[in-house]
Amino acid sequence: MTEAMFEDSHSNGSDDSAVDIADVMQKMAEHKGCGTEGGSGKASCGSSGGPEDMPPEIWEKVKNHPCYSEEAHHHYARMHVAVAPACNIQCNYCNRKYDCANESRPGVVSERLTPEQASKKVLAVASTIPQMTVLGIAGPGDPLANPGKTFETFRLISEVAPDIKLCVSTNGLALPDWVDEIAKYKVDHVTITINMVDPEVGQHIYPWIFWENKRLTGYEAAKILTERQLLGLEMLTERGILAKINSVMIPGINDKHLVEVNKAVKSRGAFLHNIMPLISAPEHGTVFGLNGQRGPTAQELKALQDECEGDMNMMRHCRQCRADAVGLLGEDRSAEFTTDKIMAMEVNYDSAGRKAYQEAVEAERLAKVAAKQDELDGLEKAGDMKILVAVATKGHGIINEHFGHAKEFQIYELSQTGAKFVGHRRVDLYCQGGYGEEDALETVIKAINDCHAVFVAKIGGCPKADLTEAGIEPVDQYAHEFIEKSALVWFKDYLDKVESGEIVHADRGDAAIRQGALISEAG
Amino acid sequence: MAYKIVGSQCTNCTACEALCPNMAISEAKGTFVIDPAKCTECIGHFDSPQCVAICPVDDTCVIDNAYPRYEA
Repeated sequence: MTEAMFEDSHSNGSDDSAVDIADVMQKMAEHKGCGTEGGSGKASCGSSGGPEDMPPEIWEKVKNHPCYSEEAHHHYARMHVAVAPACNIQCNYCNRKYDCANESRPGVVSERLTPEQASKKVLAVASTIPQMTVLGIAGPGDPLANPGKTFETFRLISEVAPDIKLCVSTNGLALPDWVDEIAKYKVDHVTITINMVDPEVGQHIYPWIFWENKRLTGYEAAKILTERQLLGLEMLTERGILAKINSVMIPGINDKHLVEVNKAVKSRGAFLHNIMPLISAPEHGTVFGLNGQRGPTAQELKALQDECEGDMNMMRHCRQCRADAVGLLGEDRSAEFTTDKIMAMEVNYDSAGRKAYQEAVEAERLAKVAAKQDELDGLEKAGDMKILVAVATKGHGIINEHFGHAKEFQIYELSQTGAKFVGHRRVDLYCQGGYGEEDALETVIKAINDCHAVFVAKIGGCPKADLTEAGIEPVDQYAHEFIEKSALVWFKDYLDKVESGEIVHADRGDAAIRQGALISEAG
Repeated sequence: MAYKIVGSQCTNCTACEALCPNMAISEAKGTFVIDPAKCTECIGHFDSPQCVAICPVDDTCVIDNAYPRYEA
């Protein structure tokens, strides 16, 4: 099946041969007597982990978790509730002082919730967005520095919505004290941010920690932090609780060291490592932003991720979202669910509807994987060649976004072994006020400059010509088809042209990672 | 006799409230405030004032010169 069965309203209809998710969504919406935006979610993909390279018990736990599974985050949404504002350490890449509703980065949040408000919000969102399968507490401080609020929230939610997966993120300092409580509430996913395993490195990242009623600084602080993080990880592993490690890549400070971090966490049982680029701009007011510390380039980030990817899954789809984000990764619907709005909502938790949606998603996922399988033959002639392509998509594994509307591009690496998701590039300045059309296109070209082609549903004549001139082939002939399958068909065609001498294969340069805060569309 | 919170710098992170040994800190008018009658500068409780030690913004929990220093 080449035609996508799950498309947004302006596409040319859906296939009737398989389970139709849009139909399920519509039925649910009718049942509730309200409209739905179902399926318009924008997402992209990440950890290449799938059923074939994970133990079955882990796959069962992560398959519906958008932050853990490349497959899942096309289809499933997460929400964070900001019940945990206090923090017990200071990081040089974090500044808690800023909170603009339009600013999206970790550590900032628009409003604090009580556990009771958070529980109501989760129910409201889960009833409106059946893709919502995961509830995370990620701050905006450290959830385990706010244990009362964090665990009370988990308790309330597990009573009313037992099918929702619970997860928590922490800097790890307090983790060993709370592992048993985490197990008690069946929180089966924990993310620990580990940026170093050597205090010599750590003292340049953490100005202080709050430990045993004292503020400690320098080497001593970093030493305690790393010991607590690794102890906490070991305790989670002993109890069979899945641990993902987040690391912020800070060029010149911990970039090379993160290979050591990767080994240390892998050997202690972490199942997924998410290396993220430093977000650093002077306007954020962070220490790193103010002292001019740069973030990595796209190729520096990818090279490190590739180096760490041995027998451990690397996560590459992280959007570094806010501690109160709602929706599929890459979108933020939190403005629809402010405290005022949720307190006024009639909430009817529709377990049956949620189950129907989730079953339909499973069918869609299988169709996507099957489509890709057919194109894996005939790639041998690629030899050692690896090329990157960019894709404009709103999600569901389909090329379904107009070039000029794309706020990010997904990046796939094409090689002898197939098409592999390796990251995403933000280009959200494009088509927004204050920037001329020329500047906007330049932003996009900088962001995908290491790609040989860009796949889009539609593209205008001018950008098409400019992209071609920049050496990036605009490809619009696979509109509304599956990404991986289309990319492989194109790649084989590319290989044929190289073989026949019609084109000469050349390597591309590096690309830039956008540093500014993500501007939310919701308002 | 007391510390005070510079309201314009406070991020409302609540961290100080839970740590105060005297329960002198509470939320008021969109920020957090220290009741000078209850604040002991943590003398007798801890080596350093807890609100100062945990505050994520430097120079936000500061000595209030309107009051004489606390004496245990």
